Amino acid sequence: MSDLKRTPLHALHQELGARLVPFAGYEMPVQYPIGILAEHAHTRTAAGLFDVSHMGQVRLTAKPGHDAAKALETLVPGDIAGLQPGQQRYTQFTNETGGILDDLMVTSTGDHLLLIVNAACKDDDLAHLARHLSAACEIEPMFSRGLLALQGPLASAALARLAPSVATMKFMTGAFVMVDGAECYITRSGYTGGDGYEISTPADKAEAIARLLLAQPEVKPIGLGARDSLRLEAGLCLYGHDIDTTTTPIEAVLLWSIGKERRAQGGFPGAGVIQKQIAEGAPRKRVGLLPEGKAIAREGAEIALAGRVIGKVTSGGFAPTLGRAVAMGTVEKALSANGTRVDLVVRGKPVPAEIVPMPFVKHAYYRG
Amino acid sequence: MSVKYSNEHEWIRVEGDVGTVGISPYAQEQLGDVVFVDVPQAGRKVTKGESVAVVESVKAASDIYSPAAGEVIEANAALAETPGDVNADPMGKGWFFKLRLGNPADLDGLMDQAAYDAFVKSLS
Repeated sequence: MSDLKRTPLHALHQELGARLVPFAGYEMPVQYPIGILAEHAHTRTAAGLFDVSHMGQVRLTAKPGHDAAKALETLVPGDIAGLQPGQQRYTQFTNETGGILDDLMVTSTGDHLLLIVNAACKDDDLAHLARHLSAACEIEPMFSRGLLALQGPLASAALARLAPSVATMKFMTGAFVMVDGAECYITRSGYTGGDGYEISTPADKAEAIARLLLAQPEVKPIGLGARDSLRLEAGLCLYGHDIDTTTTPIEAVLLWSIGKERRAQGGFPGAGVIQKQIAEGAPRKRVGLLPEGKAIAREGAEIALAGRVIGKVTSGGFAPTLGRAVAMGTVEKALSANGTRVDLVVRGKPVPAEIVPMPFVKHAYYRG
Repeated sequence: MSVKYSNEHEWIRVEGDVGTVGISPYAQEQLGDVVFVDVPQAGRKVTKGESVAVVESVKAASDIYSPAAGEVIEANAALAETPGDVNADPMGKGWFFKLRLGNPADLDGLMDQAAYDAFVKSLS
C-alpha cells in the first residue's frame, strides 16, 4: 500500500490496531479491533471518533468586487447567498444534464466559504472550481488539514469538556473554536444521522486533538465500515453509489437541499433539466427498502416487480441498530410509493421487500 | 478424526464418512462481524469447490466453497439466530453444514493443520 496517501492520523490508526484498507487513494481504517458492530453501537449510544481527513477541504474567498457565494451558486443548486455567517448547508455540484458531480457541505464564516467535498472527487472538484470560479474567488485547497468527526449522543459532552462553547452550537452551524491551543473550525454536523461535530484542525495538531478526544471516557475510534452502516441507517446518500453523474438531485430526493428561489431562478448547471423534473416529476426516485428475512441485498441487486426489473439497489447492508437488513435503491417513479411490494434479486433468488420511507433510524440532530 | 483445510480457508472435520464444514479463525477474522449465513439445504448434492453457502459480514458477502463432494445431510440452523458464532467459535459452534462424503479422495488435496498454519503465515 506504499502508493497510498496517509492522513495525519496514520500512525495513530496503526497504534490502535486498525485494519487499514485502500480508500479513495488513502490508506484508511475500515475497523478497529472491537469490530464494526461494536463500533456502530458505540457511536449510536456514546461517541465515536472518525478520521475523515481524506475528505477535501477547500476555502473560497471573494476577490475584490466579487461575491464568493454568488459565484459558487453558478455551480450548485443550493441557496449559498442566503447563508448567514456560521451557517452550513448541504448541496451538490451538478453537470449540464442535471447529474451530480459530487455532493458537499458549504459553511460561511462571514469572511469566506469552507467547502467539504468527497475524497474520491476532490481533485476533480478543485479543477472544476478553478475552471469556473477563478475570476471571482481565491480557491485554496486545504487538503493537508485534519478533519475529525465526533459523532453520537455523548459527542457534545466529550467535546465540550475541551471546548465549552460547542455545547450550544446548533445543527448545521460552524465556528472557529480553540481546541488544545489550536484554532479549529468546528461544525455541528456529520454523516451518521445522530448528533455530532466535524472538527477541521491544522495538520500538525490533528493527532494531538484526536488523542485528547480518545482520552475522553465516552469516545472510541470508529472506522469507515461503521461510518457506512451508520449513514445507511440514516438514509444518507453515498456519492458514487446512491448518487452520481447520472442521477439528478430530484431523482435522489434531495429537492429539500435546493433553495426555493433557486428552484425558480435556476442559474446552475443542468437547471433546465432539474426545473423540469421539479415541475413534472423525475422518471426515477431513490427509495428505502426493507427486505424480508435475513438476506442482505447489496449494491447492484435488481429490484423487480411482478418479474419486471424496475430499478437497482444502490446501497444495502446490515443495519446494526435494527438488527436487520436494509437497502436503498432507485426505482421507476410510478412504482415508488411507500408500501409497494417488490423483489430484490439476491444471488439469483427473489427476496421479497417493501418500499419504505427513510431514514431507517430516526435522526437525532441538535437543534437547540 | 482429522481436520483439513482448503486454500479458501474452509475447514472440514471428518468422522467416518461425514465431514463437518466451517471457516477458519483466520477467515472469520478477515471477514469481520458475521451477520448472516446462507447455509445449504439438506439433501443438496455438491461438488468439490462448488459455492454452497454465503457468509455476510457487515461489509461484504463471501462465498463458501465445499472442500469435498457429497450430499449435505444437515445445516447449522442455529446460525440463523446467532451468526456471531462464526466469529466467536469458528471451529466449533460456528460450523456451517455436514456432508456425507462422496469421494474420500477429495480430502487428499487439502492441507493438514501444520500446512494450513504455514499457509496463513505466508499471507501476512
